[in-house]
Amino acid sequence: MRRSMLFMPGNNAGMLLNADFLGADSIILDLEDAVSTAEKDAARILVRNAISTLEYTKSEVIVRINPLDSPFYTSDINEIVPTKPSMLMLPKVSSREDVLAYDELVTKREKECGMEEGTIKFIPLIETALGIENAYAIASSHSRVVAVLLGAEDLSADLGCKRTKEGNEIAYSRGRIVCAAKAAKIACYDTPFTDVNDDEGLKKDAALAKSLGFTGKASISPRHVNAINTVFSPTMAEIEYASEVLRTIKKAKAEGLGVVSLKGKMIDAPIVARAEQVLQAARELGVDIDE
Amino acid sequence: MCDAKICTDGEKMDIKKSAVAGTLESNDVFVEIEESDTLKIEIESIVYAQFGEDIKNTVKDMLDKMDVKAAKVSLNDHGALDCVIRARLETAIKRASEVEA
Amino acid sequence: MSKVLRSIEEAVKLIGVKSGMTLSFHHHLRNGDYVLNAVMAEVAKAGIRDIKINASSLFDVHEPLLDHIRNGVVTELETAYMGAKIGAAISSGILAKPVTFRTHGSRGSTIADGSSPVDVAFIAAPTSDKFGNCTGKIGKSACGSLGYAFSDAQYAKRVVVITDNLVETELENPSIKGDRVDYVVELESIGNVAGIVSGTTRITRDPVGLVMASYAARIIEASSLLKDGMSFQTGAGGASLAAAKYLKDIMLEKKIRGSFALGGITGYLVDMQKEGCFDKLYDVQCFDLDAVESIRTNPCHEEISAIQYASPDNIDAKVNKLDVVILGATEVDTDFNVNVHTDSNGKIMGGSGGHSDTAQGAKLSMIVAPLLRSRLSIVSDRVTCISTPGDTVDVLVTQHGIAVNPKRAELKQRLIDARLPIVDIHELKDKAQKLAGIPAPIPVGDKVVANVVYRDGRIIDTIKNI
Repeated sequence: MRRSMLFMPGNNAGMLLNADFLGADSIILDLEDAVSTAEKDAARILVRNAISTLEYTKSEVIVRINPLDSPFYTSDINEIVPTKPSMLMLPKVSSREDVLAYDELVTKREKECGMEEGTIKFIPLIETALGIENAYAIASSHSRVVAVLLGAEDLSADLGCKRTKEGNEIAYSRGRIVCAAKAAKIACYDTPFTDVNDDEGLKKDAALAKSLGFTGKASISPRHVNAINTVFSPTMAEIEYASEVLRTIKKAKAEGLGVVSLKGKMIDAPIVARAEQVLQAARELGVDIDE
Repeated sequence: MCDAKICTDGEKMDIKKSAVAGTLESNDVFVEIEESDTLKIEIESIVYAQFGEDIKNTVKDMLDKMDVKAAKVSLNDHGALDCVIRARLETAIKRASEVEA
Repeated sequence: MSKVLRSIEEAVKLIGVKSGMTLSFHHHLRNGDYVLNAVMAEVAKAGIRDIKINASSLFDVHEPLLDHIRNGVVTELETAYMGAKIGAAISSGILAKPVTFRTHGSRGSTIADGSSPVDVAFIAAPTSDKFGNCTGKIGKSACGSLGYAFSDAQYAKRVVVITDNLVETELENPSIKGDRVDYVVELESIGNVAGIVSGTTRITRDPVGLVMASYAARIIEASSLLKDGMSFQTGAGGASLAAAKYLKDIMLEKKIRGSFALGGITGYLVDMQKEGCFDKLYDVQCFDLDAVESIRTNPCHEEISAIQYASPDNIDAKVNKLDVVILGATEVDTDFNVNVHTDSNGKIMGGSGGHSDTAQGAKLSMIVAPLLRSRLSIVSDRVTCISTPGDTVDVLVTQHGIAVNPKRAELKQRLIDARLPIVDIHELKDKAQKLAGIPAPIPVGDKVVANVVYRDGRIIDTIKNI
């Protein structure tokens, strides 16, 4: 289950050492924005060694590599792919072709290392106006693509608008990303909330993202992880309702009833599907379910 | 399984210039490499009493793996784990031998 | 006749301080204390030698003491805690006799029962009247509680109060009453305010500290002790305070009202008490300005002595009524023994303070510490020095998981049921060794530089020179 994804700077030895214990479902070891140009080589080697020796087990490992318009992405792929992170995060993806360009290099490296082709998954970071407009093409570009992340900081610069806590400027982009991801049957993650001192603002922002259909949310601060996990976990009330829905359906089937209702509301296929999703999430979180 | 590769195709690393890598932050190590006619290793560490020998062996092993025959290597260690020391050494050696990382 | 003297020199002379005596000091002025150094300078000047110092704690501000040791003025030390600079010198073997380390509780009880008698107590007092009635709650050098000085005042043969705020009118409700005081000396200043108390003690922002703190709070929640009437103690360290924050959130949410918070009191515990988490604060030492303000104005914030706090001879000692204590450690071994006396190089840099008192008294004693501190593992096969025996320690919380003392099977099951990440303590040790490597053993000398005396009077470990 991926609810929270936490960015960790790739050239910080101390933070890489403890990245696994911060409660995030995924950690994103960052070779891009968190690393200065002069330290790209150092971070790449450090992250490579960290993944191959530190045995990250509690969090899934994602590495954000450098973009296609930089001189670093080829070396990033060549060094990082053999360590088998779950995913590469591809920055500034604006089109299907961008994904395919990364794929070519990754496929080549996988073959060289005797890895099964397609082992490494992709999470494109959509953070340009063109990327937003091409969201479905990106989401459905390749079987490696299992999720997309909205990057609102670069995007609002590209849109020529100010980034706000309310997020009206990215309302369209959020909707577009969710729709594209769901159409391509992949996961979608919301942009980080950047004020590390505003806990209430974070909760509101995460709740908004959940209500729009996002599967989870990225974070730049370890202090945000718990709140994000809470927001994107099913509540006990949701779990109880979902189990009740499924119990009612089961009973109705046994009794041969066609139309089923619970508390005066008809239970139709979408409600059953949603209930199953909630219970699946609850099971992954290890909640005891009364089925 | 393909091990992370350290050298560029077994090419010998000639130290062509001075280079540094790493930081003085805790859990990290600061590595300096200089040209030298012989191999000299200097180690300063806050955990020297417990891990001084281990660190020395790691430095020797990395120099050997990267085929560095002559250089002055100085480490200022603030409790870096072995994989961090190896990463910083590799970075410094590649920088000093002007190898495209 | 007046008790008020012009100088420490005069007090030393009138009392007749002489070679072989034991002088006592308290540490409420912590690293800002001027009094111990001022008194010892006069003692040295008077040509007195062979003095034993019994101080509730020694801080690095007391470094001039090292010269008195080298010059033979001071030949014996008894204390509950020692700063790293003093500790390093002691570890090098500058003192012929081993230091006697006691706990805060047993320092009080051994002074009281005469097994560690004090000839003269020099009591730094932020405010005193001319009769020697004194308090730490007011004055420019206010430090709040004077709890560790009560036994000294009560049981020393002679008592000198040293203040920088001598008031004309008789002090009402003094912490220490003048009837035990022989002399009062006024100084320009008894301490450096910046070193006495911190402005505000802050909750850590270190993410690993926060993760451990959140585990600690969840352990309390799952332990069956979290209910009305619960009592609690935690340190002033970043992660301990953060644990208090998470505990507060849980207590407020579940509307649980505890009975008391104990020990060194911080502004954070003051806030918890104000918000209804605890009926009372029992305070043997104030850590910050908010705590000092509170002990002065809040009737539910009560000053207690070391004996009331933690004496092993006092069945009603607060530690015996303590439900939960959160403690630190420099090392923990696979038998749950804890070292808070030395660093990993074997050099003295601390002491038990109230560590083993509270660990033994509390129903749940929890050690919170990161698994690795710059490549050094917190868990080893055997700690360098046993400060607190493992059978009084229940849980070790690290970011890599929580180890429960095998003696607490029922607690362990509760924590497993609460889905906390429980691991065997040997697994933690193996994990640390896998990450960091196996440390080379530290060579130590064969001279004993300190004896660690447990609450019951047994020497439970010795510290060798290094």
